[in-house]
Amino acid sequence: MAILIDKDTRVICQGITGAFGAVHTKGCNNYGTKMVGGVTPGKGGTKDENGLPIFDTVNEAVRKTGATATMIFVPPPFAGDAILEAAYAGLPVVCAITEGVPVQDMIRVRAVLDEMNAMSAMPTGSSSGKPVRHQRITLVGPNCPGVITPGPKTGGGGSSSDPYTNAGCKIGIMPGYIHTHISESKCTRGKAIGIVSRSGTLTYEAVWQTSNLGFAQSTCVGIGGDPVRGINHIDVLKLFDEDPDTAGIVMIGEIGGTDEIKAAEFIKAHVKKPVAAFIAGRTAPPGRRMGHAGAIIGGADDTADAKISALQAAGVSVALSPADMGSALLKAMKLG
Amino acid sequence: MKIHEYQARDLLASFGIPVPPGKMITSIEDAAQAFKAVTAGQTTPFAVVKAQVHAGGRGKAGFVKLTKTADEATEAARFMFTNRMKSPQTPPEGLEVKKLLVAAGVDIADRPTGGKEEFYLAITVDRTTRRNMLIASREGGVEIEQVAHDRPDAIIKEPLHPTLGLLSFQARDIAFKLGFKGKQVNQAAAIMSGLAKLFVSKDCSLAEINPLILTPPSTQFPDGQVIAIDAKFSFDENGIEARHKDLKDMADHSEENPAELRAQKFNLSYVALDGNIGCLVNGAGLAMATMDIIKHHGGEPANFLDVGGGATEEAVTEAFGIILSDPQVKGVMVNIFGGIMRCDVIAQGIINAAGKHKNPDGSIGFKIPLVVRLEGTNVEAGRKLLQDAQSKLPTLQAGIDLTDAAKKVCAAVK
Repeated sequence: MAILIDKDTRVICQGITGAFGAVHTKGCNNYGTKMVGGVTPGKGGTKDENGLPIFDTVNEAVRKTGATATMIFVPPPFAGDAILEAAYAGLPVVCAITEGVPVQDMIRVRAVLDEMNAMSAMPTGSSSGKPVRHQRITLVGPNCPGVITPGPKTGGGGSSSDPYTNAGCKIGIMPGYIHTHISESKCTRGKAIGIVSRSGTLTYEAVWQTSNLGFAQSTCVGIGGDPVRGINHIDVLKLFDEDPDTAGIVMIGEIGGTDEIKAAEFIKAHVKKPVAAFIAGRTAPPGRRMGHAGAIIGGADDTADAKISALQAAGVSVALSPADMGSALLKAMKLG
Repeated sequence: MKIHEYQARDLLASFGIPVPPGKMITSIEDAAQAFKAVTAGQTTPFAVVKAQVHAGGRGKAGFVKLTKTADEATEAARFMFTNRMKSPQTPPEGLEVKKLLVAAGVDIADRPTGGKEEFYLAITVDRTTRRNMLIASREGGVEIEQVAHDRPDAIIKEPLHPTLGLLSFQARDIAFKLGFKGKQVNQAAAIMSGLAKLFVSKDCSLAEINPLILTPPSTQFPDGQVIAIDAKFSFDENGIEARHKDLKDMADHSEENPAELRAQKFNLSYVALDGNIGCLVNGAGLAMATMDIIKHHGGEPANFLDVGGGATEEAVTEAFGIILSDPQVKGVMVNIFGGIMRCDVIAQGIINAAGKHKNPDGSIGFKIPLVVRLEGTNVEAGRKLLQDAQSKLPTLQAGIDLTDAAKKVCAAVK
């Protein structure tokens, strides 16, 4: 099951001929993701090094490949447009990996996506009387590592014909091999964990720690480090809570914004599964941007300590050291 | 990124927002001429001479001066150009002032209810609603944070439409709420609309006019004129990088930390801190977490440093140079979880940095403790590179995991 993506997800890459787009298309392909093509305006009709067809527009790519998700590596000034092109083409899952997208672009993009999603929720919508065609769009990112639903390892990984996993789906830049599928012998506890995070490498750290403790991962979602983005902690928490394959949740937040505070309220009111959390940036000085555009302390509510207190009050097992994310999860699941 | 007051005034003016006449000068000799030019037409001439530095505390340090004659303006300029400005916000040795703003003084109308007609006007990005938010108050010229804290009802907030911006009726509505009357209403509304356009098109993260004032009535402005006296801007760095080379060129780097500037050139995200343990990490979240775990084990981080995902060996070598240029640094912790970043690239970067690092005694190589924790992509190759180079890295210790690495580096600098 997992959330958002699985073995049947058909993925295109926007910006497939760029340096990063090409490298990671290959990486995802070799992992076992069903990569079906890519888009670079002006290079339609050619093929990439993996033999995947390249199209001029997302619309054409979707029609000809049956794609259901996209991975965006388009440079920052054009990434907002790329997200909307994907949304207009009807792709339900849009992962924007690009770092450095202007905040003003994301304000406009989110507003358009929210409007499209509101319309898709109506029973009938278009002026012609026909129902609106597109489904709900889920934007992940930008400035994120992407989404991965691990598959059972095969031992390969050299190419798409010899993939690293069977039935895994990786959309993004994370190292696939650190993840564990529930069928693997390493998963001694027979349980899979969902991970949601604003940070890339800290997600890998959580994957590593939970794998070493005998857990698998159902799906890992990097929601990204920008102040205005697609899905938030709450959206992913809700999906994990409803997913029968997810036994527990690790949530990784950081300073800046109040999403983790809202997530704490949501967890308290709705989430039935055990949740562990870590908040990065307890030692960050106020007013300075810590790498991520979204990681800057402004008010009293967006400090790490305020978020930690709110999560603890919601019954979440909070790791105070990043090395203790795994053990905090054990505690949340009453296993340690 | 910040810009100076004289640049902020130009930016406001280019969006049709009235500001008092002003001139930026770079020498004592220009002061008299600037005074005459900006006060031309005033019945009782006066102008304010202000040092153009980012650090606060100018007024108390004597670097903002009210002058009534060209000679007084020259004297003020002489003082500011020949003394270093010292305030709690400057380095102890003070700052050299290279530019002054000479701005015409403006009379502020009395408020019938007491005090002066000073207002506050700003736009910022509200993350919670994902909208640009206009903030206004009748209580201008003071710390707005204090007003918001003491009298939250004195603050007006109005979200901008994500694609249409500030609508005319919204601007008028706020002008009425601020107490503007007659012809003042359209003046104030036009200023708000201009600020909203400026904010979006220049990718600001904060645009603040404080104070916005009302002048006493004159023949030209029978209801008085609404004018911006001082303005402060900060910008979204992503926006600046993506499409505002002009604004990027406006940046004055003379007050920035030299190590942070050097890091920018190599696309390294670096923030100097007060501790003694240097950190080299990939990923912003992990870099923050590394600072946290060092502190958790009783150490003090000397910096935040994210080498990013696409860093080359050269960038890693440079990162080491930047970390070690801080004389406070007594030990370094490298924490890498390779994703896009390959552990062998990091390892080679470390080895190269050791080969380039010159100690005060002239010897080459690291003398301070170095703890390296590698995990992720190409980790075996990375570890092997470091092992093979052990002779070049005599102070190297491997961290088995995060806790182990943090404990080792904290113990090593004790």
